[in-house]
Amino acid sequence: MSLLKSTDDLLSLRERAIYALGVRVPGASQPQFRNDVVVCGSTGCRSANSQQVLKALQAQIIQRELDKAVRVISTGCRGLCAVGPVMQIFPSGVFYNRVQITDVPEIVEQTLVGGKIIERLCFRDVAQNKRLAHYLDIPFYNRQLPIVLRNCGLIDPQNIEEYIATDGYLGLTKALELSPEEVIEIIKNSGLRGRGGAGFSTGIKWELCRRVAKQPKYVICNADEGDPGAFMDRSILEADPHSVIEGMVIAAYAIGAPLGYIYVRAEYPLAVIHLRRAIAQARAYGLLGENILGSGFSFDLHLKEGAGAFVCGEEMALIASVEGRRGEPRPKPPFPAVSGLWNRPTVVNNVKTYALTPRIILRGPEWFSSIGTSKSPGTAVFALTGKIRNTGLIEVPMGITLREIIYDIGGGIPKKRQFKAVQTGGPLGGCLPASALDTPVDFDSLTEAGATMGSGGMIVVDERTCMVEFAKYFLTFATAESCGKCVPCRIGGQRLLEVLTRITSGAGTPRDLDEIERISRNMREASLCALGQLTPGPVMSALRFFREEYEAHVYDKFCLAGVCKGLYELHVDADRCAGCGLCKKACSQDAISGNRKEPHVIDQLKCIQCGACVEACNLDAIVAQPRGKGVHAIAVA
Amino acid sequence: MLDMTTNFDLAPLHAILEEYGSQKGTVIPILQRVQDAYGYLPKEILAEISKRTNIPLTQLMGVATFYTQFRLSPRGKHLIRVCDGTACHVSGAPHIVRAIEKEYDMPAGSSSPDLKYTLEVVYCVGACGLAPVVIVDDKVYGRLSPDAVLEKVRDV
Ligand SMILES: Cc1cc2nc3c(=O)[nH]c(=O)nc-3n(C[C@H](O)[C@H](O)[C@H](O)COP(=O)(O)O)c2cc1C
Ligand code: FES
Repeated sequence: MSLLKSTDDLLSLRERAIYALGVRVPGASQPQFRNDVVVCGSTGCRSANSQQVLKALQAQIIQRELDKAVRVISTGCRGLCAVGPVMQIFPSGVFYNRVQITDVPEIVEQTLVGGKIIERLCFRDVAQNKRLAHYLDIPFYNRQLPIVLRNCGLIDPQNIEEYIATDGYLGLTKALELSPEEVIEIIKNSGLRGRGGAGFSTGIKWELCRRVAKQPKYVICNADEGDPGAFMDRSILEADPHSVIEGMVIAAYAIGAPLGYIYVRAEYPLAVIHLRRAIAQARAYGLLGENILGSGFSFDLHLKEGAGAFVCGEEMALIASVEGRRGEPRPKPPFPAVSGLWNRPTVVNNVKTYALTPRIILRGPEWFSSIGTSKSPGTAVFALTGKIRNTGLIEVPMGITLREIIYDIGGGIPKKRQFKAVQTGGPLGGCLPASALDTPVDFDSLTEAGATMGSGGMIVVDERTCMVEFAKYFLTFATAESCGKCVPCRIGGQRLLEVLTRITSGAGTPRDLDEIERISRNMREASLCALGQLTPGPVMSALRFFREEYEAHVYDKFCLAGVCKGLYELHVDADRCAGCGLCKKACSQDAISGNRKEPHVIDQLKCIQCGACVEACNLDAIVAQPRGKGVHAIAVA
Repeated sequence: MLDMTTNFDLAPLHAILEEYGSQKGTVIPILQRVQDAYGYLPKEILAEISKRTNIPLTQLMGVATFYTQFRLSPRGKHLIRVCDGTACHVSGAPHIVRAIEKEYDMPAGSSSPDLKYTLEVVYCVGACGLAPVVIVDDKVYGRLSPDAVLEKVRDV
């Protein structure tokens, strides 16, 4: 028997759940525990040993007989992956980063018992050059607006009652009181656009599907997040799986679907575990299955694990894969909303799209459309990575500028290096130069500027990234993922890759630059699906904004960034070198010499251009120069 | 018990096929389960699946070769996964891949001749903050130089 048979059942459970959430509810009265300590248990912090820290903390708390007063909770991603493992103490909001097992006794003694802050474990803000104790003081957090991520790092993702305590499944109860048409109307009026990349109106998609007479219908959640360097959807599934499930039940009610699938990447083992458990719990509580909350509406959900194919993120390929076939797209129309899974009407939406839905139902379309810009309402979630200080997961209102994201939230570029470009939209997106930093982040402005919104990967690179090689990297990825069904994508991608390989190896000719444009145009116009059409994106945007770099490779056989083998020599810039010796230590060839506090010198005969010294230097003092020039200069001097 | 014609123990296979019965759309889950049970997808087993389910062998092979998760040959004892996702790529992942390839004479995607190691290049394992990331068996290492990675690999 399921636990909840009506909205009233849910509401009374909610009361108890809010009490159980204790000090994590602002202003909680008479909580059972004096302190809740949340430790990030998401993939990033886990690989930095957060689980061992958590266990040590639990053991220490029991040993000190504090277990009646202090509780430790493993949550999903808290966002600031760069400084993991992170933990936060409630109700004070004290935030500790880079916590090691050896720090645990001190945390218990000083902070949990003594109420003192351990300065050394606080986040160091480079711009203000000081340690910040409270998480809301940290610019990384206080510029954000979490809606999708509101529960990430707050609740235990494996406990449905903690989700219910934070308004979970309230959106569903409200939707079930409305007619399906009214639900669709709300989503339409909110202006919600799909967060998977294309930005299509979610309300219109649902309406289209509702109007098709064929039965049964299906809802599918696209959790195949395949962009290299993107982890938004994974983090949401790990940290707050019920928000996605609730969104799917609402969508299913709106279009009239009895069954749904979540198609999740198999490379996301933790997300799969959390999802499985969440689905089982939702069933046990009567939030999935027959006659949900006594409404008469029935819906169930299955998990499908992908098998490793980027193209399966494309909705038609995804459907083919769910059906058990090779993940090959087919031409659209007909769109999946008309003819999708097993040729039945199917709504496919992204993880974040579903996660936003319950909030919109609950708080109304006007609330949602008041956030962000008029054409892109709401928030955007990004995985901020690359050469940036605060690597992590962020959610910001649409319309914020790239500069605010990169400098205010991201903390800028480390190692005194210069910003060079920001890539959005992953292998099907584009890169933008410094001159575009004031572009507002929304679907249309990014496209206009020459990149795309994509699903939320945002990678920042500094002047040590060669834009030709960077474009080649994305191209290599995209061509390897071409399903091979249509010729422009399969052959065009290969030809384009050959051209870029020639250029980065120093064998490029001026004609190659025209060749890039010709092949790209053909791929754009003639490929079957968006994979082929968008594959040239990174190459074309790099050519548009960094043409001089392509030309330097072709005409001068020089790679300014010092990346393309054989097209540069490394030299120490004597003006910047402080003689710290880090480069000397990093060199495996003993090619660097120099006395402490004096500029060092690289022996060109020994140097193999591995770049280890470049990475080691904190002063950006090792520079690439055209081959032969440096030696010549030294000989003359 | 070893089956005489295939030289494999077929009991796990039969259990898997039994469980999925004649449901539709189950090719991928069946192959995933079979690979878990046998470590890879032996040709003989694929032929056996085809025989029992009436799914043409060409179709099974089509699916098995399409998805990167499926392996048609056995894997080395230790699995080294080097992340070449964007964050790791710009932080020097290619240097690490080249170093391992050279040291053990195994191009990415293959195994060392003595079947001790298998090298896989993967795209984003979600630990971008630690870039470049290498996973040896199930242990995650971050921010290591190529030389330090070789040391970890040697010591597994
Ligand atoms: C090659 C390719 C990969 C894609 N990968 C994803 C993905 O990983 N996740 C996703 O939600 N959408 C992806 N999409 C977009 C989907 O085709 C589809 O537009 C989306 O799932 C619709 O959901 P939305 O309206 O909520 O954005 C991809 C598209 C292409 C062409
Ligand atoms: S790019 Fe390597 S972990 Fe994300």
